[in-house]
Amino acid sequence: MPTIILFAPLIGAIICGFGHRIIGERPAQWTATGLLFLAALLSWIVFLGHDGEMHRIQILRWIQSGSLSADWAIRLDRLTAIMLIVITTVSSLVHLYSFGYMAHDANFAEDDENYRPRFFAYLSFFTFAMLILVTADNLVQMFFGWEGVGLASYLLIGFYYRKPSANAAAIKAFVVNRVGDFGFALGIFALFLLVDSIQFSDIFAAAPQIGETQLHFLWRQWNAAEVVAVLLFVGAMGKSAQLFLHTWLPDAMEGPTPVSALIHAATMVTAGVFLVCRMSPLMEFAPNAMAFVTVIGASTAFFAATIGLVQNDIKRVIAYSTCSQLGYMFVAAGVGVYPVAMFHLFTHAFFKAMLFLGAGSVIHGMHHEQDMRNYGGLKEKMPYTFWAMMIGTLAITGVGIPLTGWLGFAGFVSKDAILESAWGAHSGVGTYAFWLLLVAAVFTSFYSWRLMFMTFYGRPRGDRKTHEHAHESPNVMLIPLGVLAIGATFSGMLWYGSFFGDHAKVNTFFGIPAEAHATAEAAEAGGHGDNAEGEEAAEPDAGAENEGHAVAAGAAPGEGAIYMSPGNHVLDEAHHAPILVKISPFLAMLLGLAAAYQMYIREPGLPARVAQAARPLYLLLLNKWYFDEIYNVIFVRPVRALGRFLWTRGDGNVIDGGINGVAMGVIPFLTRAANRAQSGYIFHYAFAMVLGIAILITWMTLTGGAQ
Amino acid sequence: MDSLISIVTFIPLVAAVILALFLRGDDEAAQKNARYLALIATSASFLLSLLILARFDPNAGFQLVEEHGWIGGLTYKVGVDGISVLFVLLTTFLMPLVILACWDVTDRVKEYMIAFLVLETMMLGVFVALDLILFYLFFEAGLIPMFLIIGIWGGKERIYAAFKFFLYTFLGSVLMLVAMLAMYVDAGTTDIPSLLDHTFSYGTIEILGIQVVGGLQTLLWLAFLASFAVKMPMWPVHTWLPDAHVQAPTAGSVVLAAILLKLGGYGFIRFSLPMFPVASELLAPLILWLSAIAIVYTSLVALAQTDMKKLIAYSSVAHMGYVTAGIFTATQQGVDGAIFQMISHGFISGALFLCVGVIYDRMHTRDIDAYGGLANRMPQYAAIFLLFTMANVGLPGTSGFVGEFLTLMGMFQVNTWVAVVATTGIILSAAYALWLYRRVVLGDLIKESLRSIQDLTARERWIFAPLAVMTILLGVYPALVTDRIGPAVNDLLDSYNVAVEEAGLAASTDVATNAH
Repeated sequence: MPTIILFAPLIGAIICGFGHRIIGERPAQWTATGLLFLAALLSWIVFLGHDGEMHRIQILRWIQSGSLSADWAIRLDRLTAIMLIVITTVSSLVHLYSFGYMAHDANFAEDDENYRPRFFAYLSFFTFAMLILVTADNLVQMFFGWEGVGLASYLLIGFYYRKPSANAAAIKAFVVNRVGDFGFALGIFALFLLVDSIQFSDIFAAAPQIGETQLHFLWRQWNAAEVVAVLLFVGAMGKSAQLFLHTWLPDAMEGPTPVSALIHAATMVTAGVFLVCRMSPLMEFAPNAMAFVTVIGASTAFFAATIGLVQNDIKRVIAYSTCSQLGYMFVAAGVGVYPVAMFHLFTHAFFKAMLFLGAGSVIHGMHHEQDMRNYGGLKEKMPYTFWAMMIGTLAITGVGIPLTGWLGFAGFVSKDAILESAWGAHSGVGTYAFWLLLVAAVFTSFYSWRLMFMTFYGRPRGDRKTHEHAHESPNVMLIPLGVLAIGATFSGMLWYGSFFGDHAKVNTFFGIPAEAHATAEAAEAGGHGDNAEGEEAAEPDAGAENEGHAVAAGAAPGEGAIYMSPGNHVLDEAHHAPILVKISPFLAMLLGLAAAYQMYIREPGLPARVAQAARPLYLLLLNKWYFDEIYNVIFVRPVRALGRFLWTRGDGNVIDGGINGVAMGVIPFLTRAANRAQSGYIFHYAFAMVLGIAILITWMTLTGGAQ
Repeated sequence: MDSLISIVTFIPLVAAVILALFLRGDDEAAQKNARYLALIATSASFLLSLLILARFDPNAGFQLVEEHGWIGGLTYKVGVDGISVLFVLLTTFLMPLVILACWDVTDRVKEYMIAFLVLETMMLGVFVALDLILFYLFFEAGLIPMFLIIGIWGGKERIYAAFKFFLYTFLGSVLMLVAMLAMYVDAGTTDIPSLLDHTFSYGTIEILGIQVVGGLQTLLWLAFLASFAVKMPMWPVHTWLPDAHVQAPTAGSVVLAAILLKLGGYGFIRFSLPMFPVASELLAPLILWLSAIAIVYTSLVALAQTDMKKLIAYSSVAHMGYVTAGIFTATQQGVDGAIFQMISHGFISGALFLCVGVIYDRMHTRDIDAYGGLANRMPQYAAIFLLFTMANVGLPGTSGFVGEFLTLMGMFQVNTWVAVVATTGIILSAAYALWLYRRVVLGDLIKESLRSIQDLTARERWIFAPLAVMTILLGVYPALVTDRIGPAVNDLLDSYNVAVEEAGLAASTDVATNAH
């Protein structure tokens, strides 16, 4: 069954991409979409029926060289199962949505360009690559998926290939991702050197030894686990657009909006988080690298949120919001609570995909106007879109009933879990992360509500004609919104226990052999008898106090889908966080809402005055902290200049000048010879050379033989 | 068929002789005959070479060996092993495509075909020769047809380029000839399998007051380096390649990039590494650093190019950097990867030069700025070009990835600095390749001159199809290559390590040490 899930999108991509001439455009699109819905259905069956055990399905041998052996194979465990449903669900809905969104496109001539099947083929291909990434059972296969999604992202960002800005954004995305891949690749090489294998199971088993090994890397000895963890995380930073490698993500909004929803919100950009969680057995032995992950995550979350405050393009606001939310996930992983990172990944996929698709619906209805300053008062024109966006906003800002922990919209549940985890780390970086995330939560609430208020409330601004023709989107676009809205509302509540409940539940969910049956029994005795069942139907378990600390000391690395070392008690500590910590995200949300309400509903003139009063700050944020400009000055231009210099000076003057200096003397002579050769003596010439060489060799051989 | 290898090798030459002797006139019909005969001969050679592959046993060492006496006490000895067999296949596979690629040439067709046919025999000869002198003969004679192809059918500056090409490569090989004679004197034979078992002395000697560590081995190694480094080409003796490529006709560029560049790499694996293991071990850091510099340097230079062919030529030099570094890591991954990279580069670079050829035939310029927005009128071309651009970038799933990945893996085991520097190549290659693709294919079609440009013809599609299939097939199932070369490389490295240990040089590949 996993094999079908994996290959259905590929088959769809091929049929749709190459077969549309034979079967026609519409059938081709439906084939791709149908196959994805099939994959989604099967994924849910796999997810709900998963027993937490790891299964391996071998498909084909791949790279084999000496002791290096990488197969095409599927590793199916809980992490994979979670990703399967996220990817296939969002992808199938985005496929459906695209029927409406891509129906007419001013960027293409209507008659002779088959841009629709091309679009669907790319989407399906992306899905395939992403599935390869998450089902990989070794690092090289994961790298295939990793770069495969990069390719798909490149193709889709540059989908409007006539627009220079789209082409530039596509290249930027690919190259910046390659910078991350540079680290990822080195991480793989280092692991192979250390373990002599790139299979996950071998690496995990060897993780404790790696933690005690010194690796000579570049100029000095390092702890091997730290080096590898940092290198792999550099890869994750590229793909997940973390600080310093984030610049490509906002530009990626040049792609059609369904692409942004699928790739740049729900799935591809979360691959980095997935990687860190997947490598948790190794990460647990690299405390400093994990601190680095936490700091980068928290800084990104804060930094991206500040930029989101002032952006006017509706998609860019959501893009920075994505960047920021990914930072939250990394913080969770960085403090060692991988289940919570996955939890936020999971819920985020629903509400962020929905926000993007909702934004797409607005853009579609507003004739491809993306500037929020030209929106306003669209609530009546687009009621369904409005309500979908409202649910998304409630989810991302974290609306729920405080102190229950689990009763609220999806983002409420998972984001609170992250903040509590950061607090529960009881470390310097944990505290740093907690405060930054808390401030970021205020900002998140502010920019999300700002988006809502500017788009749907107030009076229509901008071009009047556009507003008169503004319309609600067709059903193929609204249905995916509805489905995602259900996810954004309930996914947090339903799976709270599995991701952030007590130890027994989390362990069962992720297939970690909880060290003692005794613990499981204790849990059962405590009235949690349903954990053996599969968690899907389980009521969220409020009785989080029940966990025994001894439970943590259990499995060896690699036995479950994730690994938390015996000394890692953050999950427990998080549950014991003080009430003020637990309620703080909710207060942050209220604060942001109040500010946005004040500035965009009650006093619409206020934002301009604030911007004027703090102009340098405003410009800093508006220009995204000048990252693009700085990179341009310190990387792009020097590299170009260096290239030109090496070419004209290095190759031209030094090498050619030096080596050819002597040869140049004879060239005129030889040129004359060649001219003669050209004028009909060519065969004599060639013959003479062969003969000359032959004579030379014979003579040399005979004299040599005489000795 | 006991002389299968000879038949495969000499079919093209026989066809060339037939053309030279019997084909008269230069009218349409004669041109057509010349083309068809060349196509048939190269195709026959390819089909028969499949028999070689079918009979080949990866674990059996040299096989299908033929040995005859020859003029002046020389020996004619040919055969294949795991290292050479795929190069033979690569050559025979590509040559029919090359002939098809120059189907529309109308200038001296007969001579053109003869040049390619002779060239094929010479290249095949290099790969199958099991005798030193025979190897040298093929190795040098191969220069001549290539020299003529550039010098006669090339572009405006063809004479300069042809001589630059010729001088660079020929001067290098004079030293190799001297080295070969010295080997003969030392070992008493020119038989390559015997030479592989012979141990050349490596005691330190003194020449003109200079201590030469590694003695005779080092000297011989350096002499071979002079020849192979130019052929590869390695930095800093690479500057002939861009000029040669720019001036060569499309088909000439394809052969040059796809096959001729591999002669150097093949030579390193056949001679330098196994015959002079001590010298290789001593001088490996030099090669590793030259390769790492080559990768970064030429990638940067590629970024600055305005001529499509030059850009691809520089990218070829960068990709050959992975090969040389891979070979001298003397690890299984490194050498496997180097061979794989050469095979894969044969398909990819060949295809890229064909891609340039397609639009050069239509617009007669290689200037990148003369293009833009071709995707509008040439969607098939855009797709094909994208595929090979991505393969050039080393995207996993294409053959370009496997070679790069394995060689880098090998480098990391030997020297992390080199590996880190070389790995930056994956960033730079993405930058220059995508930048080229963007400027040529993407964007709006604004230029008036491009308004009526036509998409691929059926012939062009048939040329690209096999290359595309191989690029993806080897990317998805590289075992097709590695299963065949693996045992031979393993044997090679075993005896290499034994030799190095005997010489008292610890194979210093242990970068990781356990703290306990």
